[in-house]
Amino acid sequence: MPNRMLFIGYGNPGRLDDGLGPACAAAIEQMHIPGVTVDADYQLTVETAATAAQHQVVVFADASVAGPEPFFFRAVEPAASTGFSTHVIEPEALMAMTRDLFRAETKGYAIGIRGYEFNAFGETLSAKAQENLAAALRFLVPVLRDSSFNVALTKGAGELPAEARNRS
Amino acid sequence: MAIAVPSPQKIVIEPVTRIEGHGKVTILLDHEKKVKQARLHIVEFRGFERFIQGRPFWEVPVLVQRLCGICPVSHHLAAAKAMDRIVGGENLTPTAEKMRRLMHYGQMLQSHALHFFHLVSPDLLFGFDADPTTRNIIGVAKRFPDLAVQGVMLRKYGQEIIKATAGKKIHGTGAIPGGVNKNLPIAERDGFLKDIEQILTWSRGALKIARDYTVEHAKDLAGFGTFDSNHVSLIRADGAMDLYHGNLRAIDARGSKIFDQVDYQRYLECIAEEVRPWSYMKFPFIKSLGPEQGWYRVGPLARLNTCDVIDTPEAEAARQEFVKLLGGAPVNVSMAYHWARMIELLHSAEKIRTLLNDPDLQGTDLVVKGTRREEAVGLIEAPRGTLFHHYRVNEDDQVVRCNLIVSTTNNNTPMNRAVEDVARAYLSGAEVTEGLLNRIEVAIRAYDPCLSCATHALGQMALIVEVVDCGGQLLDRKARGGGTDAE
Repeated sequence: MPNRMLFIGYGNPGRLDDGLGPACAAAIEQMHIPGVTVDADYQLTVETAATAAQHQVVVFADASVAGPEPFFFRAVEPAASTGFSTHVIEPEALMAMTRDLFRAETKGYAIGIRGYEFNAFGETLSAKAQENLAAALRFLVPVLRDSSFNVALTKGAGELPAEARNRS
Repeated sequence: MAIAVPSPQKIVIEPVTRIEGHGKVTILLDHEKKVKQARLHIVEFRGFERFIQGRPFWEVPVLVQRLCGICPVSHHLAAAKAMDRIVGGENLTPTAEKMRRLMHYGQMLQSHALHFFHLVSPDLLFGFDADPTTRNIIGVAKRFPDLAVQGVMLRKYGQEIIKATAGKKIHGTGAIPGGVNKNLPIAERDGFLKDIEQILTWSRGALKIARDYTVEHAKDLAGFGTFDSNHVSLIRADGAMDLYHGNLRAIDARGSKIFDQVDYQRYLECIAEEVRPWSYMKFPFIKSLGPEQGWYRVGPLARLNTCDVIDTPEAEAARQEFVKLLGGAPVNVSMAYHWARMIELLHSAEKIRTLLNDPDLQGTDLVVKGTRREEAVGLIEAPRGTLFHHYRVNEDDQVVRCNLIVSTTNNNTPMNRAVEDVARAYLSGAEVTEGLLNRIEVAIRAYDPCLSCATHALGQMALIVEVVDCGGQLLDRKARGGGTDAE
């Protein structure tokens, strides 16, 4: 029986808002949600497919350059991509490898958290990115805890669960 | 797709797919629609030297890993080697040096395997003209599933070695100024030993694919991105290949030594960097030859050319065959990088096996220190080639100066030469075919450039082709990638 869920945040924490994915993973890890294995890396790489294949669900968290604010959440369908470099692969390609190489029926989802500052070295998130991360976490935690992905997919970025709307 | 545009014109390909990070190729045509010049523009972010100023030197081996998500171990080790000298601890204990070497060979194994199985094998197995939607790793996974799995598992093994020696996958802390902060417990060693014969078997298989392909296509490859060049690498005192440590050797296109056994602390006496207005990336050259004649190659091909011998038996046998079948060293065929890279893959696997059987890895004497210095250089042969880290540290232990020459920068001019060579051979008139685009990618990919100094995030991975006139006006644009074709 595969493990329940892999949550992987990726990006470069030394490149300002590119670190949103790892920051999200670090926050999720601290919550110790049962059945959720948390990983973080600079980027997705091919061997992540082998790990993903050992889980029922994989959730990718990355910074979004131009997506909706504060984040988007979507299903990831397996697809070959001519655009990926294979030291760095996209979630769709990784899911295709999980399916085609490891014969796994892992389901994939991605959360893209909107960032703004990418083109400098620095280890802090911008203020707006931090707000978006907080909103993403409020959205994610109940989804990960309850595996309520189908419900989550019905929510647009602007139609967040009550928990995500209730900012302090 | 054919794009007909009036001349003079520039054809811009941005970014290059299946090469790390982001790049752009510009082919400048003359009025007769012949290739006038081809340039590979690499978006290298050059703020790191400033970012690191003021930071305590002992943080540097960890901080530099933020430079690059592709080869953080190489930066980690190059910086650690420099900081060894800052603390006067360059004569490492056997345990420290062997732990670092194990980390480095793990990095070399995973990087070379990934590049070959997942970037290069689609080109070799399906041909340069195969449909790009199938000429990728998913296509390999469907047609050659065992091969694709081997690539993943080789990569995973190397990553696990890194994790065991560096402490963790990202921001490893294993190498510290003057040594390492951990050894390799017996249980972990036994876990790696259990799989090493399988790793060697897969490495031999990969080498055979690269060797057979190169030999079978030797005539065609000799006319594809092939040009004379100098070659530079670290070399051991006895002339053997050494990927972790040594002195600098440079040879010319005929194998004559330009300089040899130069202590890399004095690299500035031999190497200089030129800035050109059209590129963010610098152009290094051998000082004594000047920028026009002194550019050089680094990486697997250069290392095979500069070394006299490889100190592991199977890789040495492969090196001898490489030299014999390609007409004698030095080899100047760009596509021979792949064969050279797979010889290094096998060499790394052999080295890992030897190290795993060495009880020094379980030693407890991990750190040495000596007389403090203010300036130091750390060099390592990274998977893509020679990597230079140069630091000056003040009396308050803060970094006050930093200069890096990364492997891909060292190969800057050769990559431009390769692109231009392919463009001259395969572009006629203004017609940009898929075949031309594919061949440009193949030529650049031979050098395994790492362009990941640019950030990446969801929504940024696409191949964009732009046609721009000499006045800079965009004439046409085509995008490919990200799982869909987009215009």
